[in-house]
This record gives sequence, structure tokens and C-alpha cells, in this order.
Amino acid sequence: MNKPAHATLSELDRPNSYIGKTVPRPNLDRLLQGRGLYVSDMELPRMAHVVYVRSPHAHAKIVSVDTQAAKQKPGVVAVVTGEELADVITPWVGVLSHMKGLKSAPQRAIAVDRACWQGEAVAAVVASSRAAAEDAAEFVAVEYEELEAVTDMRTALDSATPVIHASLGDNLAFERTFDAGAPDAGFAEADEVAEAEFIFGRHTGVTLEPRSVVADWNAAEARLTIYQGTQAPHMVQNIAALHLGLEEAQVRVVCKDVGGSFGIKVHIYADEMATYALSKLLKRPVKYVADRIESFNTDIHARDHRCKARVGVKRDGTITAFEIDDLTGIGPYSMYPRTSAIEANQVVNLVGGPYVTPNYRARARVVFQNKNVMCQYRAVGHPIACSITEGLVDLAAAKIGMDPVEIRRRNLIADDAYPCTSPAGLRFELLSHHASLDKLLKMMNYDALRTEQAELCKRGIHRGIGIASFIEVTNPSAAFYGVGGAKISSQDGVAVRLDAQGAVVCQTSITEQGQGSESLTAQIVGSVLGVSMEKVRVILGDTDQTPYGGGTWASRGAGIGGEAALQAAKVLRKNILEVAAAILQSTPAELDIANNRIVNAGDGSPRIELPELARIVYFRPDTLPPGIQPELMATRHFVPRQYPFAFTNGVQASWLEVDTDTGFVKLLKHWVVEDCGVVVNPQLVDEQIRGGVVQGLGAALFEKCIYDERGQLTNANMADYLVPMSGETPDIDVGHVVSPTAESELGAKGAGEAGTAGAAAAVANAVNDALKPFGAVITEIPLTPQLILTALKRI
Amino acid sequence: MTAPHPIALQVNGEHVEAYVLPRTNLADFLRENLKLTGTHVGCEHGVCGACTIRVNGEIVRSCLMLAVQAHGASVETIEGLSDSGEISDLQEAFRARNALQCGYCTPAMLITAQDLLKADAEPDRERIREHLSGNYCRCTGYQAIIDAVEATARARKNSDEGRAP
Repeated sequence: MNKPAHATLSELDRPNSYIGKTVPRPNLDRLLQGRGLYVSDMELPRMAHVVYVRSPHAHAKIVSVDTQAAKQKPGVVAVVTGEELADVITPWVGVLSHMKGLKSAPQRAIAVDRACWQGEAVAAVVASSRAAAEDAAEFVAVEYEELEAVTDMRTALDSATPVIHASLGDNLAFERTFDAGAPDAGFAEADEVAEAEFIFGRHTGVTLEPRSVVADWNAAEARLTIYQGTQAPHMVQNIAALHLGLEEAQVRVVCKDVGGSFGIKVHIYADEMATYALSKLLKRPVKYVADRIESFNTDIHARDHRCKARVGVKRDGTITAFEIDDLTGIGPYSMYPRTSAIEANQVVNLVGGPYVTPNYRARARVVFQNKNVMCQYRAVGHPIACSITEGLVDLAAAKIGMDPVEIRRRNLIADDAYPCTSPAGLRFELLSHHASLDKLLKMMNYDALRTEQAELCKRGIHRGIGIASFIEVTNPSAAFYGVGGAKISSQDGVAVRLDAQGAVVCQTSITEQGQGSESLTAQIVGSVLGVSMEKVRVILGDTDQTPYGGGTWASRGAGIGGEAALQAAKVLRKNILEVAAAILQSTPAELDIANNRIVNAGDGSPRIELPELARIVYFRPDTLPPGIQPELMATRHFVPRQYPFAFTNGVQASWLEVDTDTGFVKLLKHWVVEDCGVVVNPQLVDEQIRGGVVQGLGAALFEKCIYDERGQLTNANMADYLVPMSGETPDIDVGHVVSPTAESELGAKGAGEAGTAGAAAAVANAVNDALKPFGAVITEIPLTPQLILTALKRI
Repeated sequence: MTAPHPIALQVNGEHVEAYVLPRTNLADFLRENLKLTGTHVGCEHGVCGACTIRVNGEIVRSCLMLAVQAHGASVETIEGLSDSGEISDLQEAFRARNALQCGYCTPAMLITAQDLLKADAEPDRERIREHLSGNYCRCTGYQAIIDAVEATARARKNSDEGRAP
């Protein structure tokens, strides 16, 4: 078992102990044989297909929408305008009360009077097939009066710039300023101050299965069933009910296989709301599957930040202060219901987070623009904060001529300093920056790599090493959304029962999009109960079938849902042993469960098989002693209470080569050491890290939504929007340090976003390391050949 | 040219006859007419590779081919390749290595990998990466996929050598 001595886990150290073991995920054959069920595969009787007519303008008055011609086309069921749909579904405003001052305007499922970004839906065409709907959509005549588009975040607050929503007074959605320690004194005592503007390209998630929903309003039952690839079914249930004027009990959300999520599918989009409403209006199932252009124009974007930042450093390497002034543009509305202020807020929270420096000043401003909406995507804010912090640390090291590793060693929070609180107020229970860094250096053979780099440099081959330490928010409590008034649960529930043949059925409120939620649940339940994993069937993604809970996002599935599974299984185990003791005329303390049977706790000798116990309980309860009422089902819920977030930490390194003639970067190797506490399944954790890293590599080198000055997205297709493919991606070595959280018996923290948090920072630092001989420094991503050649003054 | 057009083809060894609109692409025909939903549609413009199938033994992006063009052809999809057992070892290697997460790219990734393994019994990692470089995977970061394909090549080679005279 690859886990630390952790006293409370001792009872798991038994046969059928799957915690800490690499075991294949259950039910993978379904996906391997093409026999999964994604929403895009679904068909229901009388199902119609909706296509949205979308604004070609970034900002335009909708003068008129003429639907008459389209309504006459073959197969058309209905053509619906925003005004007509407004009778069925109410508008929403994406704010949270704990984001002080955050404002947004009412957003509608389909635009009324005005379109605020290129791609906003202005009418819906519902037909018997998608093709018929697309044909008819050509005949919806929309007359627009183009308005001036606000596109540049740098001028969005200027008095000469039009205000997108007059009722809000200005284009400022949210501002936060923060001061800790004595930043001015910190900079005054510095021997050197380094500063830069860090620029982050707007990019998106590109889930391979586009967003898809089938909404089925059964007028006779007065009940809406929503089949949707979502990370948070109960959140969807709440929001759909709220805006359709229904009780939550009238809405069921079912989530089958999901073709990629990454935070893209944790939100509720206007076109999804419109699809629910259309089903209610038309009293039949309506299916919406975004096509790829719609995905680029309407899936949330993320990361569009410009941040002026500086760092003070003494000659001995002591960092004396950090200061940032961050600006981000979020599109015309704050997204619903999680809001678009969270990323900037996280940047303020996280900059400088790995370091002891007490002096910190930050400002973040979030402005509206006429571009697609921006919101939370994998590792929310972390890649920004990490790139700024680690970029500054490298700049400081260069100023004083210190090795990037050495300056980190001198400033990272000591491993024995916990618990402690960061200048921004983040509470750290137990982190391992130094142990992680030491392990990373060993894995990458740092000194040898430096020697190799120097040798190659003499021959005109320019390689670079980049290091990036990071912290990561996981296992969020109600502090994220609940306290701000959003009905997004931070607790999760698991119900476990022994069925009549001695197998186990487990219902959990966390969801699966390929991370391994099903596996980790089965591993934990099997381990606690002493049954083999293949006997545990896990049910997820159905608000009618599972306990109430948050779902899978913010690296919370294993830490929160896993602990609920552990606690539920413990209760069931106790109940099973009580029944067994009654049957066997023994005591629970003398009995144990192992390999699907009751055994003697002392010598492990078999007493009764679980199927036999279940047979007696379910079919011959008359043979049990009087007064015994077996409960072979148990439910437990869990939410962290002591810490608002279980922070994890880690460090990444990139080794790459820059072709100084072409500006191309070749990634040669990437290393990650991360600490997510107890590792339930090493392989699944490593694969989360690798997948996360590669999304960060995309941000570093390739991915950018390129808008022109009129707010037109110019690369809304997969050929022009580049993502990492197998040819560009390096092998990634992953190592672990294990610092369990004491908040739960399981001790697991999250791992899903750590890779994305630090990858771009490591690559950017490595590119700058490679460019050092040329005196060039680049603080912008993606690091395109054009950017690199410009920095090298080659173009 | 918009009237339904008769076609006849083999799909996973079964004889299929249908009337299709000339504009219907092969991916939509397989998914919507034949309900072979293992063929996934990710971009509909030939970039993501998720709709890769085999036509007359060659891998093809079924979103870039019209159904009428498949008249007289032999089409194989993930369902057929799974049932025939042709790629069962590759599927097992993907399972053991967790070379899939959401699974949306997986059927096409398997078909593309099998295409390589049929042509090259000993591909190195670079060759595997290059052959799969037209198939998007947004979940895994590719390394596990490369590992699984490499492991399958090695296992097939060993079992071939075991049979050698």
C-alpha cells in the first residue's frame, strides 16, 4: 500500500483494500466498445431538434425578427423568439452576495431587443431533425442595427467607451483591492525590484463532445426530465426549477456519459435554459447539441487577463513584497450561477501563496465586454496566479543572479510551519513545498540537466529549464458559493446497501466525466466493507436516484464524495456485523468481513457468506431473533467544516528547446510532484495530473480565442484554434508527497486541477531560461513563434 | 440532386440497403440511420478525428465522406471491431493503462492505433505519436494512450515470436 501510516485508516489495511492501489476503472469496456450513452446519442419518442439563430454582431439592436418564412419550411415544429420564450422562463443575474460589489445585468435565455456578443441566440428553430431546423434557420429574417462593440478590456472603463448595460452605470463588474503586511516598506527594503506585465490569452475548454441537452417536459406528469452532460446535476435541477416556475421535485436531471467537462459543463448556459423552456412550451422532448462553431462562440472562455506585477527582493534572495494590478474582461454578463468574478478573486487570493513573504498588495478589476462570456474553467485563477508569481520569482532571481531553485528554497513556506495562514488569508493545514521541490529535483536530475543545457548552449542549441511551485484549492466548503447565496451544494451524500444476493449498490451525488469517480467510490466502499470491487455497483448522475450533493468540480469528488462513501460504508459494515452476530450467536467485535463473507475477526476463518446473510435478512427475517430489525442500507453526507478549502501544493518543471530561427518551442520533458494527501488510486491521480498538465501546455503554447476589434471571433474552428496533439506533447513524470488532511478519515485532497495550475508557468519560465543568452524576456502566453521571434528581434 | 438516393453497402459484415439524402455524411448515416453511436462526432470538419472509421480497410473521417460515396463499400465501426475481437488486446491495454477518461475520442483512437499496428509491428513512441496526431484527446494528455499502443505492439510481437517456427 502506497500510503502513509495514518492511524485512522488501519482498518482499511485488510483484504479487499483498494485504497492506494491501481485498479482499472469499472465499466470501461462500455466506452472502449463505443457502447456508452452520451447525450448526443440520445433519442426519445416525439423528440424534436432545436437550432439557434445567433447574432453575427458583437453588439447590435434587434430591430425585428421575422419568423414567418421559416415556419413554413418542412419539418418545422416552431420558431420562437426571445420575447415569446420570456413567457416561459425568467431572466437571471449572475451575482453572489459575498463578491462585494459584483454586478451584472439580467440575461435572457434568448436575447430580447439587443444582442451583446457574437453568438448570442436571437431565435430558436425547432424541427423534426437537426438538418431540417438548420435549413429553416436560414429563413429567419433578423434585422439588426449594429452598435459599437466594447472589445478592449484596457479601455472598457474609459469615459469615451460606451456602457454596455446602461442600468449598471459603467462597465466595471467587480473590483477587489487587498493589502497585507507593509508592501511599501517591503519594496523600500528591497535591493532590487523586478516588474512586468503578464498577459494571458483568452482560451476555452474544447470538450470533444460539445455541450448537449435533451429536455423532456411531460405535461401529463407536470415534470421535466433534463438529460445533460453536466458536472452538477442538483445545481441544474435548482436553476431550471427556479426559472421555469417549478418545484425542484418537478425537475429530474440525468447525466449519463459526458464527453469531457473541465469546468465547461459546470455552468448553465442561456441556450440550455432555452432548450428546457422550449420543451415546456412545446410539450415534447427537445434536443440541443452545439456544433463546433457554437462551442467556440458560446462555451465559456477563460483566462483573458492582463496583470501588471512587481516583486521586491534582497540580495540574499529574500522576497520582500509582491504587488499585482490585474485586469480581466468577462464578456457582457457575469455567468450564472457561479459568476465571472471568481477567477479574478482567486488571482488576488493566490498570488504569492507558496511563499512566506508577508507584504502583498493587490487590485483586480473585472470589466464587461462584447465578447463571449468568461467563467470558471479547470484550475480557475491558479494558472494566472502561478504564472505571475513564478514569473516574478524568476525575474527576481535573475536580478540578483541567483539560481531559480535556490531563491525558491529561501522563500517557500517551511514544511514544519503548518498550520499557517497566507498574507491573503488562505489557511493551510499541511503542505510540503520543500519536500516536493527536493523530490522534483531528484526526478529531473536538475544539476545534470543544467550541465547539459550549458554544453548545448555552446553549440547554439537553446534549451531551457522552468520551475513552478503552486498551491491549489480543493475540497471547497460552502465558502465558495453557498455563503454567496447560490444553491450549489458543498456537501455530498452516499447511500450504500447490501442487495438480496450480497452485492453492494452505492448511490453517490458526485458525478463522472472520466476522472474515476465511479472507481474511487467502489474502491472505498469495497475496502471498508470487505467486498470485492466487482461486487460494488455505483450509481451516479441522477437527481431521482442519488443523495443530494454538489457533483464533481473544484477537485472535490474524492475528498468530499469519497469521505461520504467511506462513512456510509462504515455504518453499513457495522449493521451487517450486528446481523451476522445475531445469526451466528456471536458478537460484532468477534466478527469481520473479508472477501465477501463474514469471518472470525481472530483467525479469519469463514462463518457465513454475504449472499447467505442477505437471503436470511430479506427472505427469512422470521428466523432472526426477536427485536432484530436489520438495516442493510446506510447513508452519510460529508462536508469539510474546519477549513474552507483543503489546499494542496506541488511543483512542476519543464525542459524544452527553442528554435531561435523559427520561434518554435519543442517540449522535451515535463515533471510534476504534487501532494493531494492520501492517494486513492495512483494511476487515476497521475492521469488527472497528466491531462491537466497538457491543458496547461495548450495555454502556454497554442490556445487563444482571437477576436478582432469588432468583437468577431476569428478562429472559431478546430483547424485554426490549436490545442496540444500527441505529436507536441511530451512524456510527463509524476511523483507524490503525501500530506493527508485530518479533516476526513480518508485524508484525500483533490488532484484534478493541479496539473493545469502550474504547467504554463513552468513552460514560460523555461522559454525565458532558454532565451537568457539573448536578453529576451516574454511574459505573455501563448508563446507563439511570432511572440518569440519578436522578442528575439528577428521580426 | 436532393432526392433520396439508394445505397447498398456492408456495415460490420451486414448487408445494408437504404435511401439517403445526397447531403447526408457517413457519420450521420451511421449514427442516425443505423444507430451505430460508437462513431462520435466532435467537429464535423475533419479535424478532431473522433468519427474515424474504416472503409474498405482504410481509416477515414466519416464526417468528411458522404453516405452515397460508401455505396458498394465495406464499412467497419467500433461496434464491429469490438464484436469481432480484432482489437480486444488493444482495448484491454487501454483499460489496464487507463488510456481513456471521458471515452469520447476512444473508439476512433483505437481504430487509428490498430491502423498503425497493422502497418508497423514495432512502432517507436515517436511513430505512435505521429500516427495518432490527427486524433484529439482533451482528457489524457496522450501519454497513457501511447503507452497502451506501445504495450500492445510489444505483446503482439512477443506472441508472434512465440508462434514462429
